Amino acid sequence: MAMTETDTLLTVSDLTLYRGSAKILDHVNLSLARGETLALVGESGAGKSTIAMALMQLLDGARIEGRADLAGAGDLFSLSSRQMVRLRGKRLSMIFQDAGAALNPAYTVGRQLITTLRRNLGLTRPEAYRRAVDLFAQVGINDAEARLSAFPHQLSGGMQQRVMVAIALACNPDLLLADEPTSALDVTIQAQIIRLILSLTRERGASCIFVLHDLALASQSCDRIVVLYAGQVVESGPVAEVLNNHRHPYTRQLKSCVVEIGRADLVAPEGTVPPHDQMPKGCRFSTRCPRALARCSDDAPPPMPANPDRGGPHDHVFACWNPE
Amino acid sequence: MLIQALKKLGQTLVVLMIVSIATFGLLKLAPGDPVQIMLGAEYSQETYESMTRELGLDQPFLVQYADWAMNFVQGDWGTSYIARTDIFTYGFKEALPVTLTLAFFSLSFAILIGVPLGVLSAVKKDTIFDAGSAVFALTGTAFPSFLLGILLIWFFGVKLQLFPVMGYVSPWEDLRLGIYHMILPGLTLSTYFIAMITRLTRATLIEVMDEPYIAAARARGEPGWRVIWVHGVRNIAMPLVTILGLQLGTLIQGTVLTETVFNLPGIGQMLTSAVLGREYQVVQAGVMMTAFLFIGVNLLVDLSYPILDPRLRDRK
Amino acid sequence: MTAKAAPAPATVPPAGPSGNGAARGKRSMFRRRPFFTVALIVSLAYILGAIFAPLVAPYDPVAQSIDAMMQPPTGAHPLGTDSYGQDILSRVIFGARYALIIGFCSVLIGAVGGLIIGLAAGLSGGWLEWALMRLIDSILALPSLILAVAFIAILGQGVDKVVIAVGLSMIGPFSRTVRADVMQVRVQGFVEAAHLMSIPYLQVVWRHVLPNVIFPLAVQVTIRISEAILVSSSLSFLGIGVTPPTPDWGLMIAEGRDFVSFAPWMAAMPGFALALLLIALSIVGDGIREEFDPKGRRGS
Repeated sequence: MAMTETDTLLTVSDLTLYRGSAKILDHVNLSLARGETLALVGESGAGKSTIAMALMQLLDGARIEGRADLAGAGDLFSLSSRQMVRLRGKRLSMIFQDAGAALNPAYTVGRQLITTLRRNLGLTRPEAYRRAVDLFAQVGINDAEARLSAFPHQLSGGMQQRVMVAIALACNPDLLLADEPTSALDVTIQAQIIRLILSLTRERGASCIFVLHDLALASQSCDRIVVLYAGQVVESGPVAEVLNNHRHPYTRQLKSCVVEIGRADLVAPEGTVPPHDQMPKGCRFSTRCPRALARCSDDAPPPMPANPDRGGPHDHVFACWNPE
Repeated sequence: MLIQALKKLGQTLVVLMIVSIATFGLLKLAPGDPVQIMLGAEYSQETYESMTRELGLDQPFLVQYADWAMNFVQGDWGTSYIARTDIFTYGFKEALPVTLTLAFFSLSFAILIGVPLGVLSAVKKDTIFDAGSAVFALTGTAFPSFLLGILLIWFFGVKLQLFPVMGYVSPWEDLRLGIYHMILPGLTLSTYFIAMITRLTRATLIEVMDEPYIAAARARGEPGWRVIWVHGVRNIAMPLVTILGLQLGTLIQGTVLTETVFNLPGIGQMLTSAVLGREYQVVQAGVMMTAFLFIGVNLLVDLSYPILDPRLRDRK
Repeated sequence: MTAKAAPAPATVPPAGPSGNGAARGKRSMFRRRPFFTVALIVSLAYILGAIFAPLVAPYDPVAQSIDAMMQPPTGAHPLGTDSYGQDILSRVIFGARYALIIGFCSVLIGAVGGLIIGLAAGLSGGWLEWALMRLIDSILALPSLILAVAFIAILGQGVDKVVIAVGLSMIGPFSRTVRADVMQVRVQGFVEAAHLMSIPYLQVVWRHVLPNVIFPLAVQVTIRISEAILVSSSLSFLGIGVTPPTPDWGLMIAEGRDFVSFAPWMAAMPGFALALLLIALSIVGDGIREEFDPKGRRGS
């Protein structure tokens, strides 16, 4: 895919996020083209969800450094809260992990969807109602009119997540952030929901960032992948590139976690992530890395292109002093 | 759901019966022989016995109780010699509305002031405003209401002469004058509840604001005030109503004192004058009315839960 | 199972937070809770003032003086005098005596009554438990002041009558908390275990149930003293509690109410004495509850 600068929807540069004295994210760089699907993968606690919440400006009590430029809106981190309210739901929207908890139990799902349509698009009540019925049909909810008057607890988990998808895509956003949208669901429904999100975002030409802890799911559904470890990007690039020609030792460990039937060389990453006050200054993976060099713990490796002849921001990049 | 409601109703009826038996027994325990009191100083043994029979006092306790209960249900509550009317008119038609009006105004003040104050201190958590409202909440719940009433009379009534300090005008007959007369008593009684609601609103709202649905509402572009008031406050309604139901006794007890401070002719005044005048039937009527009120409102609170929290509607 | 291994623990091991609370120790509690410490000092000052009232008070609290009626606060009478020329400071100091004695005695009556009914309701089963529960419900259906008014109606007025009336009116809340504690002990199963080993029932109650109930009850007692003082002074304020010329705060406030327009100190001085004590006691009670009773049970 040939890229030009104008195709870029979102560029995150040197995003560093502190909570108190803990550095949760450390110089994260991302870029996302229009219509592209990106997966953020890593262990829990790697900061995947924090990136999504930071982009939505939904984190209270966190200190953010760096920029996140959204085409046509400028740096998200320097917008006022009022400007941010105008973007949320319309240009940026989000799907949460547990749809059951992310829907307000006191209101019907129809009310929550219709309010979103009316407030963000200025529709009248009948217009919004027709759109809501239409959206429910698009996300595969049968008997849309009856379901609109249901309370969240009256729907199954899969159905709740479909409602969340409908609300998130109601105003045709440019960027959808899906924070582990299927981790609270049955395995059989997971694939359906992922396919639904993919087909609806593709239809709308929207970009999508999936937060996932499942590498297999990421490789099946996304164009590009970003591997995170303890708040640092260790490797990123097109899915096939990263998975077949990985350079960072952590990516190998993550890959070997994917259970493949008939193969016995499953190696779980050894050790645990160090607590925030004992984090090394340099590469944070160095405490667990089998290939660590003396400099690794003091000197943070910069992003290096895997194929120096094609060093664009969307190509395969890794951050390691001693790559594989 | 229906079965649960019926069970609750049955339990309530049993409690009502025990309360009424106890209240009836109270009359029996009271010092003085009612027949003697009615007949005065001079009477013959014969008239005494016929009077006893006439009043049904020779019957067993439970028969007497059933008799009394039947009369009570029919609105025949006896006669008050102090008020010179029958007790039903005196208590139910005249005193009860005064007490209910006072309770209604105080509760309205408490909610209209306490909830916004609690929301503000939750939103401005850990600021000077929050600390100030915490101090207010602490002193407000411990300060005796009758003292507060006297201080308000002294300040607003005597010093500033802003509000009338005595008397009752029914707001249902003259709305403006009625509200005018209700401001000081209402504030007196509601201070405790304002403080309590502020404390509770702050604590529960801080919890609710951490729920994922609050983040989700913000994520779909709802502005801050809607997130707080439509999504946050709506979900603290249930704990709020529960605590208000539990604190109803405090409210009734507070009306009794406030009525005395401001000379309002409600159940409180009725009870105190009845105790001083040894009118046991009036005491009985007052106690019965408060018990009914308490039990009735608590039943309403229980029945309101499914309205407040839709999740409870489908529970079997 | 051998007989040696069987004896149940005498007390339930305290749950996590309460265990920490006890382990954190008494000395640090005063430093951790400055409000609590100040309130405790204020409460102790009241208690000392009440005990040594005759030594502290400048006048006889019931000595009337026609020459010194309704005087505003002066050097001779720091808090002024009332409509009978009685010294308000002396009456306030002696009033602390009445308030604390009435409060303490009535809470004791309530606690003992609550202990008996609560134990009975918690340990019995079947229809008796059901009946006792409904009885507790019925007592709780009346606010304590209204109940106290009803008892006063039968008993008449006076300090002793107020103590009994307020005490009886507090049985309801106490029995509810006692029953809840008994139920917690029962859930632990060692009452049944002891029973299976044919240890006499009363001994089981004495050795295993009571120790688990008494401590939370003692916490409740300290918390509810302020409530008892409030109810008893409310009765006096209504004019149906203690009779004049007893130096009772509620009574003094009621007397002062009639003169509020030209002698506001008459109501204000005893009023502030009462308010300060109530606020101090409630802070002390909150502190004790949070330290020792983390379930945060309070009741209405």
